[in-house]
Amino acid sequence: MLIIGGGATGTGLARDLALRGVGCILAEKQDINAGASGGNHGLLHSGARYIASDPASARECRDEGAIIKRLAPQCVEETGGLFVAVKGDEEGYIADFADRCAQCGITAAAVDPKDALEVEPSLSPDIIAAFAVEDASIDPFKLSLDNLVQAGTLGTSQLLHHKVVGFDKRAGRIEAVRLMDFRHGTDVRVHADQIVNATGAWAGEVAAMAGAHINMVYSQGCLIVSQMRIGERVINRLRKAADADILVPAGTVSIFGTTSKRIDAPDRCRPTTAEIDAMIDDGMAMVPKLVDTRYIRAYAGVRPLVRSGNGSDDRAVSRGYSLLGHEADGLDNFITITGGKLTTYRLMAEKTADLVCRRLGNSTPCRTAKDPLPASSEARYTEPGLTPKMWFKKNDPSDLLLCECEMVPTSVFNEIAAFLTQNGHRPGLREMGQRSRVGKGPCQGSFCSLRMAAHMYNEGMLKDGEGIDELKDFLNERWRGMQPLLWGPAVSQAELQEALHCGLLGLDVSH
Amino acid sequence: MKTAKTDVLSCRLMVIGAGMAGMAAALFAARHGVSTVQAGLTGETQYASGLFDLYGVKHGSTRALIDDPWQGLKQLKQDHPKHPFCRVSTRQIRSAMDRLTDFLGDAGHPYMGYPNKNARLITPVGTLKRTFRVPKTMWAGVQALEEKAPCLIVDIQGLRGFSASQIVSTLKPSWPGLTAASIDISWESRLGPKYAEHIARSLEVEAARRDLADTIRPHLGHAEYVGLPAILGIHDTDTIRRDLKQMLGRPIFEIPTMPPAISGVRLKEIFDIHLPRLGVSTFFHHTVLSVQRQADGRFALEVGRTEPETTVVADNVLLATGRFLGKGLVAERKGIPSILPESRWTTGSGR
Repeated sequence: MLIIGGGATGTGLARDLALRGVGCILAEKQDINAGASGGNHGLLHSGARYIASDPASARECRDEGAIIKRLAPQCVEETGGLFVAVKGDEEGYIADFADRCAQCGITAAAVDPKDALEVEPSLSPDIIAAFAVEDASIDPFKLSLDNLVQAGTLGTSQLLHHKVVGFDKRAGRIEAVRLMDFRHGTDVRVHADQIVNATGAWAGEVAAMAGAHINMVYSQGCLIVSQMRIGERVINRLRKAADADILVPAGTVSIFGTTSKRIDAPDRCRPTTAEIDAMIDDGMAMVPKLVDTRYIRAYAGVRPLVRSGNGSDDRAVSRGYSLLGHEADGLDNFITITGGKLTTYRLMAEKTADLVCRRLGNSTPCRTAKDPLPASSEARYTEPGLTPKMWFKKNDPSDLLLCECEMVPTSVFNEIAAFLTQNGHRPGLREMGQRSRVGKGPCQGSFCSLRMAAHMYNEGMLKDGEGIDELKDFLNERWRGMQPLLWGPAVSQAELQEALHCGLLGLDVSH
Repeated sequence: MKTAKTDVLSCRLMVIGAGMAGMAAALFAARHGVSTVQAGLTGETQYASGLFDLYGVKHGSTRALIDDPWQGLKQLKQDHPKHPFCRVSTRQIRSAMDRLTDFLGDAGHPYMGYPNKNARLITPVGTLKRTFRVPKTMWAGVQALEEKAPCLIVDIQGLRGFSASQIVSTLKPSWPGLTAASIDISWESRLGPKYAEHIARSLEVEAARRDLADTIRPHLGHAEYVGLPAILGIHDTDTIRRDLKQMLGRPIFEIPTMPPAISGVRLKEIFDIHLPRLGVSTFFHHTVLSVQRQADGRFALEVGRTEPETTVVADNVLLATGRFLGKGLVAERKGIPSILPESRWTTGSGR
C-alpha cells in the first residue's frame, strides 16, 4: 500500500489504515504539510461559514470539528468564534443566519454587539450584529506529525523528499511507482497493491502520470501572520463567504485571510502584494487595527477544486472533497482523494481507507472517529511559547538558544534532529522550521539560520558546501513570505538581512 | 521658534546623520577646515562589517564577482550612466578611500588592501567576499588564502554562528591545508552564550591574550597561519594582533562574525573619540527636531533627544540620514514619504 502526499489527508490516511492493520509507505515530494495543509488558516470550522453556499459541508464541519476537539485536543485551542457584521453588510444574510445555522444543526447564539466589543475590544465599534459559534484554532503541523508518528509505530514507513516521476502499468494495473529521491538523486521503485494519490493541488498532475484525468481548478488563498495575537476568538465576517473575512488566533500570533485567486498551476502559488493590500483594506471594517498591525509573514496555499462536469462554469466546481476510484480510467488499483478542508481531513481519510479496504478485502472498521490521537513528543515543539517555558524552567545557561525570537535552544534542535535521523531523514533548516518555531519570529530566520548552520557543522550534520545551499534554500523560502509585507519595521529588518546575507556573506552570488 | 532656552552654535556645515556616510563627511569637512556640527543616531553602525567595499559584485542580474574594481567601475559607467558612481571620478574615490583609512590607521585601527585589485576574504559561512579595504586584523587571512597555506581556523565554544568546522569543510575542497579547532576559553567564565564584544574587551588585557595563545598552541600542528573570529580588541587592535602573533609564532587573522559583532563598534568608537578632537561638534544620539530657512539664507536647526537642547545655525546642511535601518526613511504601506518638502512620496507603492 502506497500513499502519495504527506499533507493532512495523506498522514491521516496512513494512520487510519495502520489502525486497520494495513501498513503503508508514505511518499512525499517535500516535507510534511508542504502544500495547502501547511498553507491554511489553521481553523477548525464550526461549519457556520458554509451554511448558505454548501449546507452539506457545513454539517460535515460541525461533526468533524467536534470529533477532532474530543480526540486530538493537543492540536486544538478551543477559542470559540464570533461572526460579526458591520454597517453596510447584507441585512438579509444577517437576518437569516441563525435559522440557517439551526437548519444545519450548528450552534450560533446571538450576542449583543456591545457585549461582543467587551470580550473582543479589537472589533470595530461599528458592528451591528454578532453570533457566537464553536470555531477553534488547530495546529496543522502537530496534527499531521501526530498522525504520522502513530502510523509509524504501527508499521508505516515514510519517504520524504521523494517525488513521483512515473508509473509502470500493465493491463489496467499499476505495477510500480517510480520515485526520485531528491536528496540523493537516486530512483526508487515501489510495488504496491493499492496506490492512493493524496497530493492535494497536485492530484491532477500525479493522476495524469498514471494516465488518469482530473479536471482541476487552482484557487490560491493568501494569509498574513501578525506579530502579536489579535483577539481571543476566531473572528469571522458575517456575510456570504468572501475574501478577507477570517482572523484566527494561533498561540502568540494571529492569522488573517484569505483570498481566492485563480492560478494556472499549483507550483505558481505565491502571496502577492495586491492580494495583501486588498485584504487589509477590506478587513479593517471588521477589525480596524489590522491596518496598523505589524505583520511578520505572508504565505499562500492552493485549494484544489475538482470540476464535476466538463463545463467551464465555476458553479459546477465542488468545494467538498472528491474521492475518485479511477475505474473509468481503466485503473483498478489507483485512488485519488483531493479537495475538502482541513476540518474534514479525518472523514476524507476514513472514506478513502474504506475504499482501499474494500479493494483489499479487509473488513476492519475505521477507528479514527473513536480512538484518541496520541500526542507524540516529536510534534510537541510546533506549539508557540512551549520552548521558552521549558528553557526557563530547565535554567541551564549552557543550553544555548539557536533561535532567540522564539527561544528554541540547542537541546530541542538536537532532539528534533534525532527524530528525523531515526526516520531516515537528513535534518535540515526547513525541516527544523516545520517541526518547531525556529525562524517564525520577527527576524524571520536572519540570525537563527546562521546559528543553526554553524551548530549543524559542529555536530557533523552538514559537510562540504552543503551549508551554503541549505542557507540559501531556507532564506529564500522565508523571503517569499517577507517581500509582500515590506513596510514599517519589516523594511529595516530586510535591509539588515541584505547587508548580512548578501553584502557580507555573498549568499546572492554564485561561488 | 523657541530658541530662548537653547544654546546657539554657528557653523558652515551641519551634517545630519552619524552612520558611515555622515562620519566620513564630517571627517572630510573638518580636515578641510570647515567648521562642522554633526547630529544623528549611531546605532546602525554596530551592524557595519568593518570592510570597505568599492565594487565587488557586478551591478544587475548576473551578480558576478569582480576582481578589478577600477575596470569594473569603468564598465559600470558605460552600461549604467545614471548610477551614482558616475558622479565621482576615480581620483576622488581613491583619495576619499585613502583619507578615511589613513584616519582610522592613525586612530590605532589600520587598513590594508591592493591598489588595483579586490581582496578575497573568508566569511563565516565559507564563502569568499570581494572587498577593497580590509582591517589589518583580517589581512593575514587574505594572504593565507592567496597562498593556500596550511592554516588553522579556531572557533570559540559558546560564540554562536561561528564554526571552524563550517569554514574548513566548505573551503577544504579548494584549500586542503585547512584544519579546524574548537576551543573553550576558561578565562571568559560567564555561563551561557559568549559575545564577541566581551571577549574583545577582555583581550585588551595582556594576561587574557597569553591564556588565549596557550589554549590555541596545542592545535597548531603544521599551520602557518591562525584564523579566529573577530575578537581582537576594540581600541588597540594592532597591538593585540602583533602580541598574539609573537606568542604563537604565526600570523593571526580575524574572520568577520555575525551580529552582534565588534567590527562596527570599533569604527563607532573611533569616530566618537576622534571627530571632536578634529574640531567637529558632535551630537550623537541626538536628532534634528526642526529646520527653518532664515531670511539670510542660513538654516536654523533645533537639535535634541526629545526636546530641543541646542540650536545650530548653519550655512549648509548635508543629509546623511541613511535608509530604513538608520531610520532616515520610513516605509508606509502606501509608499515611502519623502523627507524633502517638495514631494509627498519618494517612490510608488511597489515592494
